[in-house]
Amino acid sequence: MADSTLPIDGPVGGTIGVPHEVEDVPTWGERLHEWVTTVDHKKLGLMYIGYGLLFLLVGGIEALLIRLQLFFPNNHFISSVVFNRLFTMHGTTMVFMVGMTIIIGFANYLVPLMIGARDMAFPRLNAFSFWMTALGGLFLYYSFIGGVGLQGAGSAPDFTWWGYAPLTERAFSRGHTADYWALALIVQGFGTIGAAVNIIATTFSMRCKGMTLFRMPLLVWLNLVVAGMILTTISPLTAAQIMLTIDRYLGGHFFDSQAGGSPLLWFHFFWIFGHPEVYVLVLPAFAIANEVIPTFSRKAIFGYPAMVAASVGIGFISVSVWAHHMFTVGMKPASNAFFVLSTELVGVPTAIKIFNWIATMWGGRIRFTTSMLFATAFVAQFLLAGLTGIMLSVAPWNWQLHGTYFVVAHFHYVLVGAIVFCIFSGLYYWYPKMTGKLLDERLGKWHFWLFLIGFHMTFDLMHIPGLLGMPRWIYTYQPGHGWEIWNQLVGVGAVFQAVAMLVFVYNLVHSYLKGTDAGPDPWDAWTLEWFTPSPPPAYNFATEPVVRSRRPLWDIKHPEDPDWKYE
Amino acid sequence: MSAVPVPVIAQAPSESWPLPDRGVVGMFAVIVAESTIFLIFVVAYVYNIGRSVSGPTPREVLDLPIFNSICLLSSSFTIWLAERALKKGAMRTFIGWWALTAALGAIFLVGTGLEWHKLIYKDGLTISTNLFGTTFYSLVGLHASHVIVGLVMLSLVLAFALAGKVGQEHRQRIEVLGLYWHFVDMVWVVVFTVVYIIGR
Repeated sequence: MADSTLPIDGPVGGTIGVPHEVEDVPTWGERLHEWVTTVDHKKLGLMYIGYGLLFLLVGGIEALLIRLQLFFPNNHFISSVVFNRLFTMHGTTMVFMVGMTIIIGFANYLVPLMIGARDMAFPRLNAFSFWMTALGGLFLYYSFIGGVGLQGAGSAPDFTWWGYAPLTERAFSRGHTADYWALALIVQGFGTIGAAVNIIATTFSMRCKGMTLFRMPLLVWLNLVVAGMILTTISPLTAAQIMLTIDRYLGGHFFDSQAGGSPLLWFHFFWIFGHPEVYVLVLPAFAIANEVIPTFSRKAIFGYPAMVAASVGIGFISVSVWAHHMFTVGMKPASNAFFVLSTELVGVPTAIKIFNWIATMWGGRIRFTTSMLFATAFVAQFLLAGLTGIMLSVAPWNWQLHGTYFVVAHFHYVLVGAIVFCIFSGLYYWYPKMTGKLLDERLGKWHFWLFLIGFHMTFDLMHIPGLLGMPRWIYTYQPGHGWEIWNQLVGVGAVFQAVAMLVFVYNLVHSYLKGTDAGPDPWDAWTLEWFTPSPPPAYNFATEPVVRSRRPLWDIKHPEDPDWKYE
Repeated sequence: MSAVPVPVIAQAPSESWPLPDRGVVGMFAVIVAESTIFLIFVVAYVYNIGRSVSGPTPREVLDLPIFNSICLLSSSFTIWLAERALKKGAMRTFIGWWALTAALGAIFLVGTGLEWHKLIYKDGLTISTNLFGTTFYSLVGLHASHVIVGLVMLSLVLAFALAGKVGQEHRQRIEVLGLYWHFVDMVWVVVFTVVYIIGR
């Protein structure tokens, strides 16, 4: 597997004709300087992913503390105040600092390589976007140190990750925690919008010769859709956070009901960001599955045009479903009906995707590498997550369960069962390209099975206390409700996941230092990034590639039966 | 295993491979994002019309900024004339229309400043006075801040042009800047309608 399967002698993809001089080994200072000042999309992509993984550990520790506190009834390991801060920071971290950064990291790394470009359309904007994101993370966590403020109350945001007004207003959030929270999301939002502008300009204006829109790999298509969605999704959040800051700093009244303002407006603004955001996170996960599943099934993706259409469809429908987060607010029957129906409508394009993945695997010669294992588990789990989503889209059912652990279980099924599984799948798949080393498969299998068991213990069983009426956001509970055993099993599952994460981190480091050389194309794949050496040189391609089909590397490897004859 | 020495994946098609300009695509993406931000502020404004629990009300204090609006909207026309002159290579004409564009933008800003001065010192309306003040200064201020950004960029180009550093090779970039300026003008049409017509 480690050898190149490309029928090419010498360096793959060619190197530019400057002879390799014996270079001085750079000092640590020089290396740091190089990474800090880089505008290379691959380095920035790696920094995005690394930054996200770092916060994944931080957010994971917060989750472990939450589970530890809920392990026993009447537990007082963590106070209620700290508990509120923990779930607020856990949510904000996982969505903005983990999900967004890692998916943008993948897009950054892969989109130019897959369309045969040498870099993004705006490399310096790219660097700016990353550093804004990095600054956002620092602002968010700075409130642990500097969030106290003059009034001496609170040292981290404690009003949930959607920050419902008026909890975030001056009267209820004294000190500066809400300020740092708003500032972090504004700053990171600018970074994200910059990245989206960049991805759109790159896909439209940087494609190599022959790479028409309908020959682009699906990963590029989905990231294009996501970038378009980011423009209309992150901006409302940025606008709402600016309003919040005006309220807090300039004495404005946007969300101040005493002056006629409306906290409900914040709910709408937040969820018109918040629900499309779910698709902003999950479509890049689909994008990874769209590359991994065909490669390891040894078949071209089934229904390429349907996949593109479904993704664009999800993009459009997703902006009309936000108020299904607000059934319990009490809306008019007509609004309820509209949001029930639009939410259920999203099930159609997502089901098309699931059928296409299964059809791609069907009859294929499947190779169950760790990457493929994660992708396969993703398909099954995403189906289940979608089914509980349909259940929750029904307004009366939602009224019953909205404030319970059932909802927590549902969205973690999407965020972990779909997105995190796909991120792992993608890391096992592209780590060889990024570093030149294969990730250890034996450790990978340990990682997969431990994580799978832990995931199902935690999030399958978490539905049950929800159905039994256990509310969200409570820091402890009385014994005798029948919730203890479920919370304990959920807690044990969390430990499994934590151990799996340790195995994964060990694998990342171990394989980087001692792993097998990957070669340019370890998986015998078909997209352009495998046409470069691993890791690719700064300029990606020595000469600009020219493509004639959706699987350019298949055409090279099989000149007797190229794809372009049939497309 | 036949050797393929040149990393070209197939015969290069001889036809040209036209792709859209990345600056234009990028600016359109920025405009979509900016439009959404404005949309949220406009929704907040419209939703809150008449909800203030205390005065002053829009009808009492707002006057129609007709002269201002004419200046800003006509600057869209002058920037188009400037771009056309640049295309022809008529640098003096370009500088003339460009300077006029910047001047019209500046007049608009001065007009807004005078309006705000009157509102604050004569009518006693600040951003914290009532809900109307909050939404009014936010929406109009958001637009004015975009005019300021545009003016900074217009002035930079003007300075470079006066120094003789702008030529026909910068046509594409000037066009991208022109797109932004048209956007700022178009937003004013919406803001004007919402604040001074519907909201009064």
